[in-house]
Amino acid sequence: MVKRTEIFLIGGSAGSLTVLLEVLPQLNDDISFPIIIILHRKSHPDSVLNALLSNYTDLEVCEVEDKMTLKSRCIYLVPPDYHLLFEDKHTVSLDSSEKLNYSRPSIDVTFQSAAEIFKESAAALLLSGANADGVDGLQYIKQNSGLVVVQEPGTAEVDYMPKQAISQVKTDHVLRPDQMAGFINRLCR
Amino acid sequence: MFMLNPNIIKDEELEILLTDVSSLYGYDFTQYSRASLKRRLNRICVIDKFTSFAELRYNLIHHPEYLQRFIEEITVNVTEMFRDPSFYKALREKVFPKLGTYPFIRIWLAGCATGEEAYSIAILLKEANLYNRSLIYATDINPGVLEKARKGIFPISQMKQYSENYILSGGAADFSQYYTANYDMVKFDTDLKEKMIFSTHNLVSDSSFNEFQLIICRNVLIYFEKELQNKVFKLFNDSLDNFGFLALGAKETIRFSNLENHYKQVVTEKIWKKIK
Repeated sequence: MVKRTEIFLIGGSAGSLTVLLEVLPQLNDDISFPIIIILHRKSHPDSVLNALLSNYTDLEVCEVEDKMTLKSRCIYLVPPDYHLLFEDKHTVSLDSSEKLNYSRPSIDVTFQSAAEIFKESAAALLLSGANADGVDGLQYIKQNSGLVVVQEPGTAEVDYMPKQAISQVKTDHVLRPDQMAGFINRLCR
Repeated sequence: MFMLNPNIIKDEELEILLTDVSSLYGYDFTQYSRASLKRRLNRICVIDKFTSFAELRYNLIHHPEYLQRFIEEITVNVTEMFRDPSFYKALREKVFPKLGTYPFIRIWLAGCATGEEAYSIAILLKEANLYNRSLIYATDINPGVLEKARKGIFPISQMKQYSENYILSGGAADFSQYYTANYDMVKFDTDLKEKMIFSTHNLVSDSSFNEFQLIICRNVLIYFEKELQNKVFKLFNDSLDNFGFLALGAKETIRFSNLENHYKQVVTEKIWKKIK
């Protein structure tokens, strides 16, 4: 069976921004699915991250609002202080419930929700980071036959998060940052 | 320990529970967003050690006293003082000067949870010299959280964060003057709640009960489906004075509702003014 990717999730913490800045410029502008980015970050009113990432890609970058309809060729940032959940394949909800792994947004929460809604058509990539948020989420992606991708720990600024993922989850691909954009582009076919 | 909630309650079982709660107790959650509800239901199964849907359902049906806890756990009551300081700064600078022109100011805080926002607003009103002619109606669906709100007792461990938020919101006083510390808790001054009225109110089923100059409802509508969101916007519209203000959470908007044309956003923070 060939998996058709309908959503691509990227989770990361400490050290993952530099990876995104390397990957984003190389993404094709006809990506056939929405890309969701869940980063641990400080709450900031002016959405500096949004503006920064927009400079690195031709794809549209926007911060998620509640009940937003997802489009392909668009990169969505989960806003600080909210978890992101999927209502169905096209609609997302925000949630300000308890932090998980000391984090809101929590990567685990969004990965789990995507796994339940998208099943085998979900793909998730976990980047550099200093805690294990995202590892259980990858497990859910895997259990639902989705695609699990992890940053090569040797290339990570903080290797704890990818190392935990590789040791606990049956990973489909372990990639260096310079391989990631090409990998995502090829999923579109 | 479970970090993530296991999948104990299936989608169709969730619907059965909602029907039970509605027909037995009159609480209608059928227009709440399913993604969050499902997380909350699985969470309560973990916390209260139910290993199956049947167990949870049995408890809910045969132990009416469990209902209050059930509702408190499936709704989200996470809150803090001066959350999003820039929002409070906007209230101070853009909204309060306008409220000051009214002889009497009524504020509705819908979905006040354990009251942290109500005390924040009271502090703001005091500092703007508006407190004496204001009333804060703080409502929530859960009687249990209102009980906590009435007490005004919060963990001392939060005060460093709240004090930082307060300063960022434009607060110039010493935040600690508003409370008295006692071991690991603090109690906020009783004069802060002199002008607070706490009451249960269900946004789904209860109607308008007064006319307000400011309605604040932040991070409540995110748990509702679009249709219910619209219904609540109508309730707020019916409860808002002409030229009154409506304040929502950072990621909520009135923009895509039927009432869009009746409101004008006054600042980048989510505050709208009723214009017709």
